[in-house]
Amino acid sequence: MSALGKWPMGAATFITGEDFWRGVVAIIIFLLFWEVGSRSEALFGFAFPWVGQVPPPSSVLKEIYRLIQDPSFWHSAYLSTVRVLEGFLAAIVVGIPLGLAMAVSRTFYGISFPVFEVFRPIPPLAWVPAAIIFWPTQELSIAFVTFLGAFFTIVINVIGGARSIDVRYFQAARSMGSSTFDIFRRIILPGVLPSIIVGATVGIGITWAVVVAAEMISGGGSAGSMGGAAGGGLGFFIWNSYVGGSYTQIVAGMISIGIAGYISSAVLRKIGAWMTPWLAEC
Amino acid sequence: MTTKNIVQTQAPYPARSVLPTPVGSQIVVQNVSKSYGADAFAKEVVRSCSFTIERGKLTVMIGPSGCGKSTLIRLVAGFERPGSGTITVDEKPVTGPGVDRLVVFQETALFPWMTTYDNIMYGPRARREDTPEIREFAEALLQKVGLSAFRKKYPSQLSGGMQRRAELARSMINRPNVMILDEPFRGLDAMTKRLMQEYYANLYDEFRRTTFFVTTDIDEAIYLADRILIMTNIPTQVRAVIDVNLPRPRHVENIIESDEANAIKMRALGLLHEEAMKSFARGSKAAADFIDAYSKRMSKK
Repeated sequence: MSALGKWPMGAATFITGEDFWRGVVAIIIFLLFWEVGSRSEALFGFAFPWVGQVPPPSSVLKEIYRLIQDPSFWHSAYLSTVRVLEGFLAAIVVGIPLGLAMAVSRTFYGISFPVFEVFRPIPPLAWVPAAIIFWPTQELSIAFVTFLGAFFTIVINVIGGARSIDVRYFQAARSMGSSTFDIFRRIILPGVLPSIIVGATVGIGITWAVVVAAEMISGGGSAGSMGGAAGGGLGFFIWNSYVGGSYTQIVAGMISIGIAGYISSAVLRKIGAWMTPWLAEC
Repeated sequence: MTTKNIVQTQAPYPARSVLPTPVGSQIVVQNVSKSYGADAFAKEVVRSCSFTIERGKLTVMIGPSGCGKSTLIRLVAGFERPGSGTITVDEKPVTGPGVDRLVVFQETALFPWMTTYDNIMYGPRARREDTPEIREFAEALLQKVGLSAFRKKYPSQLSGGMQRRAELARSMINRPNVMILDEPFRGLDAMTKRLMQEYYANLYDEFRRTTFFVTTDIDEAIYLADRILIMTNIPTQVRAVIDVNLPRPRHVENIIESDEANAIKMRALGLLHEEAMKSFARGSKAAADFIDAYSKRMSKK
């Protein structure tokens, strides 16, 4: 279990825990290595491979400090967050019922699964050009690509989760007089819930990866290929920093995406733990 | 956990002078056959099998592992239909699962996402019978199975023995006419198993509902049964019917000393040995273990 899994025990226990300090030490060592590596040219007379080209964490930190006071950065973060939430919620709303229907009905599964399996391996980013053509606004195309990122993972998890429910639960429920709807509501739904949460947690991570790439490809703001008013977002922010040659800003942008993804997964895990109290360790 | 188990299950039960009147249904299985697979690949699991589970009696079915006992349970419970033959409950043919015949499964089939109390109340709620009377009955059952303090725990937080007791309560709240138990104490450690057997015997003595109990343990069979059905190797038929007329309530110590019980055991073991040999010829590991245990027993004599 990750250190995050210990949060429900309370922040105090978490901070005094061994795992917490291990994490702190690891991050400090990593930052030190990075700092020294970035300054290697000045310190040792030659640049370390890779890290030698990266701005040092101290300048990145300074940049982050500047950015958090900059409303346009927050606007980019806001745009990406909205797209992630739109795509993710759409994936939840469409993916869960579809997955359940595929798990419950053999006929529907037979019809839809081959189609689903053909589309599933297509990387969401391969959809970007097509999405820009098919959807009326750029905003919708980005949201659509984001949706795809989470959709397939959620559907596959729901089907797998429903399949793995012990057949004896259905037999027991039926012999105790359950109706089909009752079995669906009280056996299938709670039985699938843990898989839905896993799918959603993995899915939202993919969503962040996809939204950023989609924003880079489709361009942002008035500079976008479609010339619309939409665009922007953290992906565009990073791309823009690259075009503008601000390397500290690139790294700061990357870190902000990392943090955003971490927070999303943490929130989902927390919601998940709250929804499935029977899985808690006693 | 373990100490609690012992304290709860060894609570003294007053010896009953008058046994309650037997209740429940009578089940008649007639010429039932069941095969799995199609045509040339069909495997016959049950072949023209006939027996009767009598009203208010505890009928124990015993046979070599993998002989089709669980198939018969699924047929009687109505989860599956026989290929041929008839199964009737009080002369009405079985057409599907019903609340009159409840199955307590091997291992545990408690719903992991429900607390002990919600599991027990599942049946009444499914049938929209969540009345004050049934809630009172649920309380009484919780008390009886010693799980009152564990009503809000999830199955994963209960010990193996507690899970089986919760499952017994979950069935009993539906007042089934027939209780079907498929190796209910399998997988428990020896001590817990013995306690559960004593516990279950007391519960049975109290309610006296028709019970169909499947096991592979001959001592368990003799301790609990009014009648033992010894099954043949696959395809299953009844090899012998042995009535066990030992007085109730029974005590393990008395049974060990009882000549009658030992005579039954030797006869049953002899028959099971023959069946296990056939099964062994088919390469069953369980049969090999059984023969091993049997030969040790015989050499002691």
